[in-house]
Amino acid sequence: MKDAAPILSELELDALTELVNLGVSRAALSLREMVGEQVLLSVPTLALVSSAQAIEILKEREDRDLVAVHQAFEGDIAGRAMLIFPMTKSLELVRAVTGGELPLEDIIELEQEALAETGNIILNSCLATIANLLRRNLKMSLPEILRGESGDFFALGPGSQADDIVMFLYIDFAVRERDIRGYIAMLMDMPSLTALKELLGDFIERTVGTPN
Amino acid sequence: MSCTVLIVDDSKLARMSVAKSLRSLHPDWTHLEAANADDALAQVRKHKVDLALLDFNMPGRDGLTLAAELKAIDPSLPLAVVSANHQEEIIRKAQEIGAVFLAKPLTEKVLAEYLSGAASRRNAAAKE
Repeated sequence: MKDAAPILSELELDALTELVNLGVSRAALSLREMVGEQVLLSVPTLALVSSAQAIEILKEREDRDLVAVHQAFEGDIAGRAMLIFPMTKSLELVRAVTGGELPLEDIIELEQEALAETGNIILNSCLATIANLLRRNLKMSLPEILRGESGDFFALGPGSQADDIVMFLYIDFAVRERDIRGYIAMLMDMPSLTALKELLGDFIERTVGTPN
Repeated sequence: MSCTVLIVDDSKLARMSVAKSLRSLHPDWTHLEAANADDALAQVRKHKVDLALLDFNMPGRDGLTLAAELKAIDPSLPLAVVSANHQEEIIRKAQEIGAVFLAKPLTEKVLAEYLSGAASRRNAAAKE
C-alpha cells in the first residue's frame, strides 16, 4: 500500500475535517427543513486510505440492502459523494419529506424521484459549502439512485487500482423521531488530493494567516 | 477589564481562527484552548475563565453537554455555543442552558458583539 501520511499535513487534515463539518452541518439544516424534525449528526471520520480499504470500511458497517443517492463532482477537485441508508428506511424518508399525508402507493411511486431530490439537496448543500469556503466552483452530476451492497457503490472504476490512495470520509446522520438513519460518504482520488492540498493551504492562510 | 477567554473546539484551525480574531479585537485579553470537554473542564478548574466559546459538534461530549457542566461549576460564566448546524432544537437547548448560539464560521463582527455583551455581564455579576 502507498503511504498516505505525507499527502496532507496535520493542519490541512484538520482544516478539511472542519470544512466537511461545516458542509454537513448546512446539509443537516436542509434535511431538517424537509422532514420537520431535528437531524442528529456524528463527528466526521476522515481517512486517507487505499480504495480497497475504503470499500472494506464500508463493508464493516451495515452492508446489505442499502439505497444510495450518488453524485459525482468535478472541478479543481473531483470525486464522488453519496447519501447512503438502509433500504428499509427509504420509504420512511420519502414519507417524511412528502409530509406524511400520501397513501402508500403514491409514496412507492414517488420514491425514486423523492430520493433523488432529497439526496441532491443534501449533497449539494454539503459540497456547495465546501466549494464556497475553498472559493472554487464544483460541477455536480445529476443524482443517481443505486441499490445493493455498500462495497459495490464505491467499486473500483476502470483504470483504478486497489492500492490507489483516496480520501474517504463519512458522517452518520439520524432523524430520531422518524427512525431514519444513514450516512454521507465521500471519495476523492489522488490527483484531486494534490489540488486539494493547495486549496487547503490557501483556506488556512485566509482563516488564520500564515501558520507557524 | 482584561478577560480570559476559553476556546473549546476539536479543530485546531477553528481555535486558531478564533484566537486570531481575539488578538485583533482585544490584544490585552488572554485566551486558553481546549480540544474537548474534559480538557475544557480541566482548564476551568485550573484557571480563572471569564468567557467561553464552545464548538457544538465534538468527539465525546458535545458543546451543549459541556455548557451545562460549565454552568453547574460557574452559573454566571457567559457561554456561547458555536456551530454551522443552527437547527432550532440546538439553538433552543443552548438558550435553555443559558448560552448564546453563534453561527459558524464565526465572523469578527459577530464575535466582537458577543464579547462586548458577555464581558459586561461578567463584570456586572462580579460586582454583585
